[in-house]
Amino acid sequence: MKEKQLVCGNVALSEAAIRAGCRFYFGYPITPQNEVTSYMSLRMNEVGGVFLQAESELASINMVFGAALTGAKAMTTSSSPGISLMQEGISYLAGCELPAVVVNVMRGGPGLGNIAPSQSDYFQAVKGGGHGDYRLLVFAPSTLQEIVDYTYMAFLKAGEYRMQVMILMDGLMGQMMEPVSFPEMSESFSYRNDWALTGCKKREPRSIKSLFLEEGVLERHNKSLQKKYGEIREKEILYDTFLADDADVLLTAFGFCGRLCKKAVEELRGMGIKAGLFRPITLWPFPGEVFTGLSKKSRKIFCVEMNAGQMVEDIMFYADNKNKVGFIGRTGGGIPSVSEIVKAVTGKR
Amino acid sequence: MREIYKKPEALKDNITHYCPGCGHGIVHRLIAEVIDELKIREQVIGVAPVGCAVLAYNYFNFDVAEAAHGRTPAVATGIKRALPDNIVFSYQGDGDLAAIGTAEIVHAANRSENISVFFVNNTVYGMTGGQMAPTTLEGQKTLTTPSGREKKTTGSPIKVCELLSVLEGARYLYRGALSTPSNILKVKKAIKDSFQIQITKKGFSLVEIISPCPTYWGLTPLESLQYIDNNLLKVFALGEIKNTVR
Amino acid sequence: MAYVKINKEKCKGCGYCVNVCPDKAFVISSQLNSKGYNVIEYTSKECRGCKLCVTVCPDCAIEIFDGKK
Repeated sequence: MKEKQLVCGNVALSEAAIRAGCRFYFGYPITPQNEVTSYMSLRMNEVGGVFLQAESELASINMVFGAALTGAKAMTTSSSPGISLMQEGISYLAGCELPAVVVNVMRGGPGLGNIAPSQSDYFQAVKGGGHGDYRLLVFAPSTLQEIVDYTYMAFLKAGEYRMQVMILMDGLMGQMMEPVSFPEMSESFSYRNDWALTGCKKREPRSIKSLFLEEGVLERHNKSLQKKYGEIREKEILYDTFLADDADVLLTAFGFCGRLCKKAVEELRGMGIKAGLFRPITLWPFPGEVFTGLSKKSRKIFCVEMNAGQMVEDIMFYADNKNKVGFIGRTGGGIPSVSEIVKAVTGKR
Repeated sequence: MREIYKKPEALKDNITHYCPGCGHGIVHRLIAEVIDELKIREQVIGVAPVGCAVLAYNYFNFDVAEAAHGRTPAVATGIKRALPDNIVFSYQGDGDLAAIGTAEIVHAANRSENISVFFVNNTVYGMTGGQMAPTTLEGQKTLTTPSGREKKTTGSPIKVCELLSVLEGARYLYRGALSTPSNILKVKKAIKDSFQIQITKKGFSLVEIISPCPTYWGLTPLESLQYIDNNLLKVFALGEIKNTVR
Repeated sequence: MAYVKINKEKCKGCGYCVNVCPDKAFVISSQLNSKGYNVIEYTSKECRGCKLCVTVCPDCAIEIFDGKK
């Protein structure tokens, strides 16, 4: 059993990135993820990496682009408004197939919104955000240990697929503290760089670009991207269930709401209601087929989110009967309470 | 059969997409000649902009990345931080550097990022069809200033070297022009100085090159060279705008 | 003395070389290349190798060699 450390979520993800071998961090201050920039400014110095406070989120994502195209492990973090600014860069990273990890510690929107926790960037993360046909591999951790585990995995998968991986969490997850254990420094890994720009010593010059003007070339490029996304869909789906197999009432939630729903399931079971939880860990690829199977067995399904109803659209799409699906949500930084969820579930019975 | 002049190795043998008389081809060649002379071709990583030079990777015979519009200095920063011993340059036009990318160039200069920037200023957006650039002269007709650029509503041409000169991190700022063989050779020397500043880790340098765009100036190539001397150089002073390396 | 080699496919007939050659040896010919540009022609037998033409050429269309063709 590894020694555990009590840290906040933002530090958990920062240290996990360091343990995965990330040595290039570019970021811009924004609440509620400021612990990342301050931690990285110290830690990168200790491990001989690069911390750079950029002039904007536009610059940070493009600095990530620059470091990534040399085959380095690079990362940036931000919160909702900053992630909106980064969409251009994310689209270019996708077009150039560069490995990169982007973390969104979500806050309330739209606009400047507030600095309270929110899950209202689900659509942006999962359905696009930037221009063009691309996908992000999106992990939604629900505990701080999951933040550590999936940050580490994010770097692994980013390199394996030359893919952009997003960790989608919220301000609450970033700020709260829990004991976690980190992988050892020696467990870091390297990326292949036989595609990267490193100077053309003893090889032909390479170019990295997302511009394909010649007739048909961009379509071929897109087809190859879609093939890669298809492979990720087949291999990388992750989800968690809790008492879901015999659930009469199935709660669905991601990230922090997953924790709330787990508690609600326990309370509902205590009341004699056969409740269960289905929690996607990868939001893209969405664990749709598994969920369809589970949905057939349940009489009623609720999707619980800290937004006006975003993942619920995927839940309805994959449910065997969309009329079974209800939504429980809070917006603008509101967090549904366990009793609120229990009440909504029982009240609608 | 000894060659007196041969295509530089750092340039591919491809035919460029540039219009007749366009200065980009000259700047590409000067950069390639300097890279050959300094024997750094295998260490160089160039970053191409969005604009007419977007296809620069087809012409340079070394590693080249293509950046988003205006973000070239940020991309070059990421590359240089990851590979500090490689030689990194950013190649940008006036729209890319002086309009959409002003934040990135100012902060790369202010950090004294150890990169070279080659800034081709032809006072017009070429790739999109000849719209007003931030460096367009007052009175100059473009697609979006059909009666000539009006100071009252669109401001005056940005002098990038002078603007950056107040930043301590901007170590070497040179403005040259492609209007005569002698001016061209001065630009080449400035490009060489810029690379040498980077090789000796002295920090940020930028060479601004006043370059002809016959197509969107509505002039013949030869007339466009005269237009540089008679009009542009009245606004954009040539020479070393700043040098704190010496 | 030297001689000039012109890559007619690269030349776009801008005339910069015509303007700078001290021997006035370049002319824009009536010959079209595959892109449709009137390409330059070197009309003198010999070249003094001053390299002014290659300095101003935007298309790297001129190379100069020592000796006679």
